[in-house]
Amino acid sequence: MTDTLLSVRNLKKHFAVSGGLFKRVVDHVHAVDGVSFDIGKGETLGLVGESGCGKSTTGRCILRLIEPSAGEVWFEGSDVTRMNHDALRSLRRDMQIIFQDPYASLNPRLTVGAIIGEALQIHNLSPTRKAMEERVVELLETVGLQPDHLFRFPHEFSGGQRQRIGIARALAVEPKLVVCDEPVSALDVSIQAQVINLLEDLQEKFGLTYLFIAHDLSVVEHISDRVAVMYLGRVVEIAPSRALYETPLHPYTEALLSAVPIPDPTVKRKRIMLQGDVPNPIRPPSGCHFHTRCPIARPDCSERDPQLLEKRPGHWVACHYRG
Amino acid sequence: MAETLLDIRGLKTWFKTDDGMIRAVDGVSLHLDRGETLGIVGESGCGKTVTARSVLKLIDMPPGRFEAGQILWQGRDLIPLSSEEMDKIRAREIAIIFQEPMTSLNPVYTVGNQIAEVLSQHQNLSKKQAMQGAVDMLRLVNIPNPQKRVHDYPHQFSGGMRQRVMIAMALSCKPKLLIADEPTTALDVTIQAQILELMQEMKDKLGMSIMLITHAMGVVAETCQRVVVMYAGKVVEEAPVGALFGNPRHPYTQGLIRSIPRVDRAAAHRDRLEAIPGTVPSLLQPPVGCRFAARCKYAMDICVREMPPLKEVGPGHRVACVL
Amino acid sequence: MAGSTPVSLTADPDTGAAVVIRPTKQVRFSPMREAWRRFRKHRLAMMSSVILGFILVAVLLGPLVWRVPINEIDFAAKLEGPSWAHPLGTDDLGQDVLARLLYGGRISLAVGLAAMLVACSVGVLIGAIAGMSRGYVENALMWLADLFLSLPPLPLLLLIIYLFRESLKGFFGPEGGIFIMVVAVIGGLRWMQVARLVRAQILSIREKEFIEAARALGASPVRQVVRHILPNAMGPVIVAGTIDVAAAIIAESTLSFLGLGFPPDIPTWGRVLFDAKDTIDIAPHWAIFAGAAIFLTVLTINFIGDGLRDALDPRRVL
Repeated sequence: MTDTLLSVRNLKKHFAVSGGLFKRVVDHVHAVDGVSFDIGKGETLGLVGESGCGKSTTGRCILRLIEPSAGEVWFEGSDVTRMNHDALRSLRRDMQIIFQDPYASLNPRLTVGAIIGEALQIHNLSPTRKAMEERVVELLETVGLQPDHLFRFPHEFSGGQRQRIGIARALAVEPKLVVCDEPVSALDVSIQAQVINLLEDLQEKFGLTYLFIAHDLSVVEHISDRVAVMYLGRVVEIAPSRALYETPLHPYTEALLSAVPIPDPTVKRKRIMLQGDVPNPIRPPSGCHFHTRCPIARPDCSERDPQLLEKRPGHWVACHYRG
Repeated sequence: MAETLLDIRGLKTWFKTDDGMIRAVDGVSLHLDRGETLGIVGESGCGKTVTARSVLKLIDMPPGRFEAGQILWQGRDLIPLSSEEMDKIRAREIAIIFQEPMTSLNPVYTVGNQIAEVLSQHQNLSKKQAMQGAVDMLRLVNIPNPQKRVHDYPHQFSGGMRQRVMIAMALSCKPKLLIADEPTTALDVTIQAQILELMQEMKDKLGMSIMLITHAMGVVAETCQRVVVMYAGKVVEEAPVGALFGNPRHPYTQGLIRSIPRVDRAAAHRDRLEAIPGTVPSLLQPPVGCRFAARCKYAMDICVREMPPLKEVGPGHRVACVL
Repeated sequence: MAGSTPVSLTADPDTGAAVVIRPTKQVRFSPMREAWRRFRKHRLAMMSSVILGFILVAVLLGPLVWRVPINEIDFAAKLEGPSWAHPLGTDDLGQDVLARLLYGGRISLAVGLAAMLVACSVGVLIGAIAGMSRGYVENALMWLADLFLSLPPLPLLLLIIYLFRESLKGFFGPEGGIFIMVVAVIGGLRWMQVARLVRAQILSIREKEFIEAARALGASPVRQVVRHILPNAMGPVIVAGTIDVAAAIIAESTLSFLGLGFPPDIPTWGRVLFDAKDTIDIAPHWAIFAGAAIFLTVLTINFIGDGLRDALDPRRVL
């Protein structure tokens, strides 16, 4: 059993919605509605779900790029949500993030060297200019780019290469935990494989811990040790990767898995069709958020919130009737 | 013997830019028969979208031009047709749906209005009849409460619903061919499953053929009967779906299939994905020989010198490779 | 994408652990270079740049070359058309029009430039603060901008001139005082558009992921603004700046034309036009040349602004 590096407890983020004649706060978007999980040192936890489930918001709340509304995030013995400005600044060395959009996550006016070097500058990691340049070159090579790329601008690179630059930037501060927010979703399939392999190599080389956020279940299953499934702001299931895919317990997970297209025409599966659309996160359904689309929903599902319970060793489910 | 509806022969669609001539589609030949779903698969920049739009001549003609080739629709070449003649073909015989339902629908008109507009343009209907036709179409695509929803605006629908509306619009004149350009890429996987099933249902009910453009091999495997693989503006492989996945002959197809992580495989998920190294060549000055040679692990001298022609390697199975 | 170079994973250079290969600095395609390249394609803008450059050189160096004094009164030669001695003719006092226009041009252009700098500095500062803050600070600043926008510029100008002309004259001398006043008023009434532009740009750039990335690295808000947001926001501001120069020149000309600007002996272009207006029927050359100077300068500046707008179009760079 590895040590726990990150521990999220009952994290919530509600965005205020203003409206009406006087622009008062009339409602809240319950983007993250009570999320809890642990990540062990050196492990990759996959966080998967469809749009609006709150996975990206969760990732950003952990880094406090977005201020959580409630809950705790424990990292190496301190609660991130209560840290003051200075502590937060040094936290930035321990926790980093890789973004989804390779075209928007790099400043188009800075050279690659400046983009990566900024990390070193902010935290005073390289005493001299020469040392900084050498370190940036080292990082570029680590992610599979050439030293010459130091002087180039982002628009001269392809999507996959830009993503590598973003990874190099995150690695510059030598973080312990890296939140990967849909890092390959915007890339072509053949480039995805390159970047996934790179992330795995880097994890092994530097002992990194990943929170891998994505909507593509195949990718998440491949790279993660354990997977957490989110629906409408809540975690509905957490399990080791293989167990989740072989024996999913939550009805939503089952439906999600059955909807993933398999690149093999000979495989025939029974598809579980969910009816309707994802409900509005401003007024989520009462009780279990999934009950409006759940094939096995019963009357009390709309009355009581299901708790995330360990129904099998290492396999947690939030459902009254499963497990 | 299947009746060929669409026969594209040697199509070259080029674009004039400040930097030179972009050869987006550079000699593409493919055909589509009645009642089948043809998948055109490839990564960004391969020319699949330009091919699809060329069929309906939806390319902006100042920068774009048809350098060569024919597009035969039921024996008749579409390229020399005037826009009035093309208007008779669009929506009535060939319809198209796009990837982004949010931007494909006009936000200031109701959904019913937009569908009715398509109907009245191609058939002599009164306003009332056209509206009724719109309601019928909404019902056909399984939108609940169509009489009420026909008066709603696009922003009042979710992404999946909007795509259904797009499909309703496209099918309103009962075309023989539906071109679907990445119809589910922007949708969640459970909604994607719904839309793909809807398209299949429509195909059966209306006796339609579908040309499905996508980069997702999984979607292709589940929905298409025949597949065309494109790379850098050219067709590299064409086969019935079972033969393509069971026995891919072109190294690019092989690499593509092997680089996709699979949810259903029991393989140790920490295995490296087989990635195709390198990136797509520039379409401004494409390489003289085989365009995949730079990234191909089997590349030989002849590959760099000459472009291999499509040769038949099995029933309905053609490959552009010397192997 | 044009210009992307394929990187082959298998062709990794052997760097070993001991030696770090020093990267070679070649000419790179910075966004500035790309913008310059696009500007060069805009023929009207390039021609205008040349013409404006010529005007600038003429105005700066002309009086050193064409040494005819600007206020040599010679009633015998009054209101003469263009001749070898006086290429642009003479005015009603026999003074050389060319010399006066060259000298006055310095002032007109200096006013234009200075007013633009005032407008842009104030505008960028206020716009940046408004763009970066939320809540009542932002609202208050925008309300202030709206207030200024509803002030009628010309009457306000006249009022301020009336109120402060004497005191400024006393402080900075007749020319200096008027210069400061005109620049302050023109610039002070044009900062609002710049502020709005800057704020709008900041609002849109602030949401971009590379700003979030900077925050995630630990960049302070000041660093975010100065290093990341402002350089990307400057495009429209530069374009607005060139328009401001043109507008300021016209404003100064208007003031002088109304007899309210610089003292009568200073031949700013507007002043010359004011003097020329009474004898337009018998000596049209005087007014025409003065008017042409203003017209040509403003026209070229506007075309350059067009060229800059196309060159700096953010959709192209990103």
